[in-house]
Amino acid sequence: MSFINYSAREINCKIVYYGCGLCGKTTNLQYIYEKTNPESKGKMISLATETERTLFFDFLPLSLGEIKGFKTRFHLYTVPGQIFYDASRKLILKGVDGIVFVVDSQAERMDANIESFENMKENLHEHGYDIEQIPYVIQYNKRDLPSAVPVEEIRRILNPQGVPDFEAIAPKGIGVFETLKAIIKLVLIELKKGAR
Amino acid sequence: MAYPQLVMYEEEAKQISAILDKLVKDSNAKAVFLVDKDGQLISQSGETENFDSTSLASLTAGNIAATGGLAKLIGEKEFSIIFHEGEKDNIHISIVGQRVILVVIFDNRSSLGLVRLRVRKASDELAVIFDKLAEKSTKAASSESPFAEITDEDIDKLFNI
Repeated sequence: MSFINYSAREINCKIVYYGCGLCGKTTNLQYIYEKTNPESKGKMISLATETERTLFFDFLPLSLGEIKGFKTRFHLYTVPGQIFYDASRKLILKGVDGIVFVVDSQAERMDANIESFENMKENLHEHGYDIEQIPYVIQYNKRDLPSAVPVEEIRRILNPQGVPDFEAIAPKGIGVFETLKAIIKLVLIELKKGAR
Repeated sequence: MAYPQLVMYEEEAKQISAILDKLVKDSNAKAVFLVDKDGQLISQSGETENFDSTSLASLTAGNIAATGGLAKLIGEKEFSIIFHEGEKDNIHISIVGQRVILVVIFDNRSSLGLVRLRVRKASDELAVIFDKLAEKSTKAASSESPFAEITDEDIDKLFNI
């Protein structure tokens, strides 16, 4: 849940990258980390196994400019994608303001994507959120791989609601910032709605 | 939404700051941090410049969340205190009023007993303030919020850096 600090004149928001194992959530954060000015970012933390699979979460704090005299800070988190880490995944969703759902575009990962999406809905529900109400965007990652399913087809399955969606090749940075901007925008619009 | 939004005002920020300053002094601690359960830093006191407070806040919240998960597994509501002992420095983490997390970093100039004692007192005082803040946040008239006026242009400007 966003934290508004009138004393320090800051807004803090939490954004979570969700998706199945190896879909590229950590890669998104790494690219953002590499390409952001040193003054806008904090240290990136990865709680990963020895084989670099996310064990608990990755964390990247970003400070953007000011809005109405308030500094904006965004805390980006990833969840561990592997199925058996569900308890950890659930914890990280707590207090989330916006979600990026990262899809692995490869045909052989479609079942994993759908399972992860359903799992996200369940976990949100357990925290008392409704997917219809929380700001989220979808990123179709790994568009450069030969077995990538056409976007139209994935969209039909995973984005019937028509939320903003983006094609990406995360290691090359394609689509990474477009996705981030979109979710930040949605989170701020939600904040504006909440203020009314 | 599932959780009430945490809002901090000038008056309470000052009161919290004073409590943390006193806690650092009374417990001989190196530094004290107050973090919300979502990992956002609320306030800090002491030799905080030696620590990466943003990372500390996020990891503490992760730690508390994981410990809370463990507690539920064995049928406890929560573990309200976690203590990590290092070679030189130690971390004492406790939950205040089920809402926020109080982190005390101390070395051999202090002791676990002293920290526990002082934390208990500070926690009671902090809990009162957070109760008041929760009440204030729910009551806050929407017209006061500066964010009702956000324009698309404001949002776009954020990305021009």
